[in-house]
Amino acid sequence: MEIQVNGEKRQWDGPVTVLALLEALGIRPATVAVERNLRIVLKEEMAREMIHEGDTIEIIRMVGGG
Amino acid sequence: MPEIHGCLTDIEQELYSRNIRIPEVGVEGQLKLLNSRVLIIGLGGLGSSALYYLAACGVGEIGIVDEDRVELSNLQRQILHGRKDVGRKKTVSAGRSITRLRPNLHLIPYSCRISEANAQEIIAPYDFVIEATDNFASKFLINDVCVRLGKAFSHAGILGMYGQTMTIVPGKGPCYRCVFGDPPPPGAVPTTREAGVLGVVPGVLGAIQAAEAIKYLLNCGCLLVGRLLTWDALAMHFRETPLPEDMRCGICRTGADLQPSRNNGKEIGK
Repeated sequence: MEIQVNGEKRQWDGPVTVLALLEALGIRPATVAVERNLRIVLKEEMAREMIHEGDTIEIIRMVGGG
Repeated sequence: MPEIHGCLTDIEQELYSRNIRIPEVGVEGQLKLLNSRVLIIGLGGLGSSALYYLAACGVGEIGIVDEDRVELSNLQRQILHGRKDVGRKKTVSAGRSITRLRPNLHLIPYSCRISEANAQEIIAPYDFVIEATDNFASKFLINDVCVRLGKAFSHAGILGMYGQTMTIVPGKGPCYRCVFGDPPPPGAVPTTREAGVLGVVPGVLGAIQAAEAIKYLLNCGCLLVGRLLTWDALAMHFRETPLPEDMRCGICRTGADLQPSRNNGKEIGK
């Protein structure tokens, strides 16, 4: 399936959960905010929230420096 | 919003002539800025940049909060401080630097760490808050207190060659907690002490925070409300992520009951 991750089109074997996508990308879920189709996916929803063909995913890193 | 009173002196007319020529500022806007109060929490890289530009553009009163003393390793990014300031309180060092630029600035130093105990009292008197702290506990605390008080603020975070910023106007869009939920577990996200940070990153982000404060105070333009701006300095790529407008975390839901309604938001009428 084709999905868009942070503005870039990507081919992905799917459907997958948000958690599985993050794991495949090597990203720790507790360190990011994830948005699927303009809706924030809460951390506790990541394991069951499915990503489908055509979805737009935004992965926003948490950075604490000042 | 600050009330306008007084008029510009001849020196102020000259000092702020380039501001005044901008249609969105004018004499009236400059008077607004001179009667405004902004609080900067954190005098590191972000706070250095934000304080310089807010002081230079004529914000009348600026509160600065930091409990730390200047370290040698701060100087590659924290441009308020110099070699002779190492060991001094950052509030003192910042005061000396900024007084050179604005001798008559009403600068209020708070040489303490922002905490549950003091946050509300410190934040309440100000028109706008710059969140420029270097840790997640303070970032979430400032968010929660500002939302409860109905206080607009600018968040920014930096690491390495990457930074992000968003503006929160309570009741007008998502807050920091709406987007990020809770602080990450200790050690999960590296600090700048561990992963480094290039000085220009907080320089640029702090300047953006100052721009947001000025626009909020002048009630003009489009704020970074409902959108998060990220900057990848390595790719030299700015990116805007739209955020859901109907997001309401627990803090926003309880805060909304306590807030007065405000005119500021994503779209500001002329």
